[in-house]
Amino acid sequence: MISNLINRKIFTLLKVQYSNMLEYRVEIALWAISGIIPFFMLNIWTNNNLNESINISDTMLSRYFLCAFFVRQFSVVWVVFSFEEDSLMGKVSPYLIQPLNPFLRYFAQHLAEQITRFPFALIIAFFFFIFNPESIWIPNLGILLLSIVSTFLSFLIQFLIQSIVACLCFWTEKASSIERLLFIPTLFLSGLLAPVVSFPAYVKSWIYLTPFPYLIDFPANLLSGNETNISGGLIMQVLWIFIFFPLFKKIWSEGTKKYTAMGS
Amino acid sequence: MNLRKYLKVYKKFLHTSLASELEYKTNILVDLITAILSLVGSIFLLSIFFQNNGYIGGWKFEQALIIQAIYTILNGITNTWFNPNLTEIVKHIREGTLDFVLLKPIDSQFFISLKKINPSGFLEIILGFFLLFFCIRINQINLNLSFLTLSLITISCSICILYSLWFIISATTIWFVKTWNAIEVLRSFLYIGRFPLSSFSFSLRIFFSVFIPIAFITTIPSEVFLGLSAFWKILLEIIVATIFFINSRKFWLFALKFYSSASS
Repeated sequence: MISNLINRKIFTLLKVQYSNMLEYRVEIALWAISGIIPFFMLNIWTNNNLNESINISDTMLSRYFLCAFFVRQFSVVWVVFSFEEDSLMGKVSPYLIQPLNPFLRYFAQHLAEQITRFPFALIIAFFFFIFNPESIWIPNLGILLLSIVSTFLSFLIQFLIQSIVACLCFWTEKASSIERLLFIPTLFLSGLLAPVVSFPAYVKSWIYLTPFPYLIDFPANLLSGNETNISGGLIMQVLWIFIFFPLFKKIWSEGTKKYTAMGS
Repeated sequence: MNLRKYLKVYKKFLHTSLASELEYKTNILVDLITAILSLVGSIFLLSIFFQNNGYIGGWKFEQALIIQAIYTILNGITNTWFNPNLTEIVKHIREGTLDFVLLKPIDSQFFISLKKINPSGFLEIILGFFLLFFCIRINQINLNLSFLTLSLITISCSICILYSLWFIISATTIWFVKTWNAIEVLRSFLYIGRFPLSSFSFSLRIFFSVFIPIAFITTIPSEVFLGLSAFWKILLEIIVATIFFINSRKFWLFALKFYSSASS
């Protein structure tokens, strides 16, 4: 009964947000294009033969960066910015009255955006294969499913981290600067710009204990068929979700107590 | 007289926007940490590229650092002036407040390009200069007058090109209303300004010097610092900067003809 209700709520939210997102197709296409940094990085790697030193062939590396692009496309999160705007505009108050956690609304928004984004990402991948025909490959079904799962887990981790930061809006009003700070290690350590295997040893010794390599490097390695510890990676992803979820619940309940409606 | 009027107005702009930004003091501290981490991150990435190679695209590590320094300075300038103002254009057009700007007895491009200032960008500029001085020392560049004028000229040209790129994209808002994401695309393209142009493949090199002249923005000033730049390149940069600057002006006047206020 209760789960049925939640299902219906989520389904309705998704439907509403999807039609909302379809209005902004051009926006989303542009956003998909703005994610092509991994391809520039790939160009530097292969053009200077840097990959020889880390024992990854050109083909494998180009697959890696294509997958990194895909994983990034489907794990981009911007809750902080939405929530900050809503909270500064006083829009959070009506949300709080509804019998629905406002973050579910944002969650549906993100999922709907990913569905809208999917065809554009495919088009970009198509062009990528035209320029790099030798890197075409078809992952087997099991790997494909596993990498979809791990991409979704990566999205969940980032969504939880950002939601925690977003809750800081209750205290500081401008939480987006903290998000921009957190984005820097995400950018450099997640494997978006360089695969984690290429990192120097003094970084590799501790990086696998942080959540960063599981955001992009692990799902991308999995999908592209590069060597990776599948079960270990998935366990770490789930572990981080188990760490962040209670944290979010806690900070959310503390924050709503602290909430003073703005702009009303 | 006219110039004096604009200087006076600009002083007022500075005063008001500094006063409002300094309201968020912790934000500035967070932004400082972000700027430092971002610089550390990009040097880290660069060191990965160089860990087994002495040269990338013909550049040594110490020389590539100059590009980082110039990129950091220009990025600081972008964050201080271009980003806060030109994202505001989108808001002006969406809410129809551009009317108020156009009614003022002052040049509209001047007003919307310089109204706001974000002081945390200063920190990035200072950081960039520190790195630049460090690079001048480790590369044993001797400073003389002609070198200083040349580098000043090329950096100002870079600022002109950068401004024009931002401005032209923001001005297209008049037709498309929402261009946040077009700005994101520009941002991601600008990212390659962190690396020497010669480290990319031939086709990308052409793309980034003919269509979007990012190549000119950081690579040519850095070559001037190293005394590697040919005279024709500097001349070319001056010509490109002039063309871009004049066109940004023309484009704005052209776009204004199509402006039909919102909600009136």
